Amino acid sequence: MDTDQRDALQARVREAMDSHTPLRIAGSGSKAFLGQPVRGEPLDVTGHRGIVSFEPTELVVTARAGTPLTELEATLAEANLCLPFEPPRFGPDATLGGTVATGLAGPRRPWSGSVRDHVLGATLLTGKGDILHFGGEVMKNVAGYDVARLMCGAFGTLGVLLDISLKVLPRPAARETRVLEMPAGEALETLQRLAREPLPLTGAVHVDGRLHLRFEGSEAGVAAGARHAGGDILDDDEAFWFAIREQMHPFFAGNMTLWRLSLPPATPLAAMDEPMLIDWGGAQRWLRSEREAQAIRAEAEATGGHATAFRHAPEGEIFHPLPPAALQLHLRLKEVFDPFGLLNYGRLYPDL
Amino acid sequence: MSESLHERNRRALARALRRILPEDAVLTEKEDLRPFECDGLSAYRALPLIAVLPETVEQVQAILELCHVNEVPVVARGAGTGLSGGALPHREGVLLSMARFNRILEIDPANRTATVQPGVTNLAVSEAAAPHGLFYAPDPSSQIACTIGGNVAENSGGVHCLKYGLTVHNVLGIEMLTMEGQRLRLGGKTLDAPGFDLLAAMHGSEGLLGIITEVTLRLLPKPPAVQVLLAAFDSVATAGDAVGRILGAGIVPAGLEMMDNPSLRAAEDFVHAGYPVDAAAILLCELDGCEAEIAELTEQVSGILAEAGATEVRVARNEAEKARFWAGRKAAFPAVGRLAPDYYCMDGTIPRKRLAEVLERIAELSEKYGLPVANVFHAGDGNLHPLILYDANQPGELKKAEEFGGEILELCVAVGGTITGEHGVGREKIDQMCVQFDSDELRYFHALKQAFDPAGLLNPGKAIPTLHRCAEFGAMHVHHGQLPHPELERF
Ligand SMILES: Cc1cc2nc3c(=O)[nH]c(=O)nc-3n(C[C@H](O)[C@H](O)[C@H](O)COP(=O)(O)OP(=O)(O)OC[C@H]3O[C@@H](n4cnc5c(N)ncnc54)[C@H](O)[C@@H]3O)c2cc1C
Repeated sequence: MDTDQRDALQARVREAMDSHTPLRIAGSGSKAFLGQPVRGEPLDVTGHRGIVSFEPTELVVTARAGTPLTELEATLAEANLCLPFEPPRFGPDATLGGTVATGLAGPRRPWSGSVRDHVLGATLLTGKGDILHFGGEVMKNVAGYDVARLMCGAFGTLGVLLDISLKVLPRPAARETRVLEMPAGEALETLQRLAREPLPLTGAVHVDGRLHLRFEGSEAGVAAGARHAGGDILDDDEAFWFAIREQMHPFFAGNMTLWRLSLPPATPLAAMDEPMLIDWGGAQRWLRSEREAQAIRAEAEATGGHATAFRHAPEGEIFHPLPPAALQLHLRLKEVFDPFGLLNYGRLYPDL
Repeated sequence: MSESLHERNRRALARALRRILPEDAVLTEKEDLRPFECDGLSAYRALPLIAVLPETVEQVQAILELCHVNEVPVVARGAGTGLSGGALPHREGVLLSMARFNRILEIDPANRTATVQPGVTNLAVSEAAAPHGLFYAPDPSSQIACTIGGNVAENSGGVHCLKYGLTVHNVLGIEMLTMEGQRLRLGGKTLDAPGFDLLAAMHGSEGLLGIITEVTLRLLPKPPAVQVLLAAFDSVATAGDAVGRILGAGIVPAGLEMMDNPSLRAAEDFVHAGYPVDAAAILLCELDGCEAEIAELTEQVSGILAEAGATEVRVARNEAEKARFWAGRKAAFPAVGRLAPDYYCMDGTIPRKRLAEVLERIAELSEKYGLPVANVFHAGDGNLHPLILYDANQPGELKKAEEFGGEILELCVAVGGTITGEHGVGREKIDQMCVQFDSDELRYFHALKQAFDPAGLLNPGKAIPTLHRCAEFGAMHVHHGQLPHPELERF
């Protein structure tokens, strides 16, 4: 099953260069709903898979981008390790490459760090057919620009990820989730207070009038944290956090546009009476709304945040528009890594 | 002749700069320029054409626009504590000191952020956050002096980075100016930003991509309890193995540092920390969390250390002892500095499991070059600081020390590591970049730089070597019987 297809992929990109054929980098398609549809021939990267090296005591794993997340996470679990950023799969065959390219992280993100925070190195195939290696397998590395992290969240528009090295962490020894009945406004205040205390919090979600607080870490730390938070113990909490991570909670059902708001965590609630799920201790909020995109973006921007039309997006841009100076820099970087516009052209922004 | 042209340039540029800056913010006299001639790596020195000390973003913008139009190189400087010559001035350029950007703009306890100007010192942030029970985690040993702007530009680390991450993991946003004078805001108080992760790219960019004018930092709640353990070992290999066992047991200490015998002896002589001077190596392990957790962890770690073969394990009995355990480590550089007229601090990172072998090889090199070496090690994350002792007044010794250092860095690359973990490439390690990266990769680095700074005026000649330079270096320097960059012409 494990195969190294870097040469074949490189040949395919070079061919595309010669024939001016745009390519759509295709993993399992689990996150294809996010972003603008890409025109182009599929470049199937799922065959480039397998764990290249894994050193449990070094807390580092290197795997090919087509490796299924389930496989990677199972291998880590055997060594009592995990991907700390709790990546959503959004499909049974989600790959590591898609995870890094979209940069999506689960409920633990505010406390554990993001996907890019754990990327130590990457091998990539550029739109010029070059195979390059940046970063490495060590925790600290400041030689050269951090191109590996630049690939995170670029949606494949700067290069095809081939191999990725990640920092991994021990699985928490203990876990407990507490539920407190309260309205959203009060939940935000509670979260603000809790966030300033040194608690082993690793999840904080408010939905349906209930605040869910997850504590993870050592037995003693979790017990102390949960006791301090109060509320009731949530019994089958694994199912709850899974549903939040995978957007299988009933809140995510239906066809109304799902907006993702990334906000300063203490941002007060807007007056709007629309369904909202608060995640990441307030820093990520999911909104169901049929209001104009512009209104929602303006609202997010006014608080210092940004908005993504995550699912069931209306016509227009999916991601928050960039200011002109930033856009110019994006275009120049595209020119560096993919001057012919071959890779996932337009997925993130027009002309990118 | 060329000297007078130099003077003429200086006068003309100074005149133009004084139109946009107050009189006292433009320095042209040799004695005024002297304080800027080097950073913490004093072996490299150069006087800039002019030094400027702006106070507002508009002034910086005007300086950059002026220099851009006139094709004058610009080198940014924070506190000048860098250890790789990153802030080394350009003889024909402007030295842009950010020292007057020294205000903490906001501590926002609700969002747990600090927004500061880039010239604010690292320690000042934690001090300002302390009344709210918060702190800024990255803590380089130079934290009383080094600036946040410099920390971002170098992606600096500290002893607590094992658990809390490097600068890049603790910065939420920056404001910056490009060499063309464009103002950009990357990130903010949110956990992510739309588009490419330019914020990550700015970390460790050593002043080559843009001038950082404001930084928003993530603050964390102070842990209520801290414990420090000291373990002695009769070989560095056993000590290295103990590190793997602690992390392998699922424990991520707040800090996990190793010192070898020469460095622990030097530290003991200097600050009398009570270190066991006969040990081949000691480990310092800091644990933090809530009270109950610390008790549990301390017991667990003590057990692991003993099992791993520690000859002695001490648990600090009180605050004074915790401080004493750390005092020796924190004073390690100056302590080793007392052993010889000069020392040269290296900064490679290696996979931890290769530690014993790397230290053995360093010892061999030490004999080969006839220069003693002491090792301080951020053991948890594999970042090694060999300190090479030499005497710059002895003819040829500096050169010898540099060659020795170069071999250590190449050794780090050979075992799968990197030439710099946190001090940056700067001017110092520019040749070793040719060992770590091939010419394609270097070409993309230059192209990336060009996307930010098309005219190549920000800190030229640092961080990324030209392919030409690598060809020359390769010609002098053949690795494993193989020439690097065989595709390039030799001369
Ligand atoms: C005794 C000692 C101990 C040290 N310990 C550590 C340690 O534990 N960990 C560690 O990581 N480092 C350590 N260092 C190295 C150094 O302190 C760090 O690299 C620090 O971040 C440099 O900050 P600075 O303000 O002095 O920057 P400078 O030395 O002035 O500049 C460093 C680089 O940043 C650029 N720069 C500065 N300000 C800006 C700006 N506003 N915009 C764009 N570019 C800018 C400069 O051009 C230069 O390339 C130590 C140094 C000393 C002398």
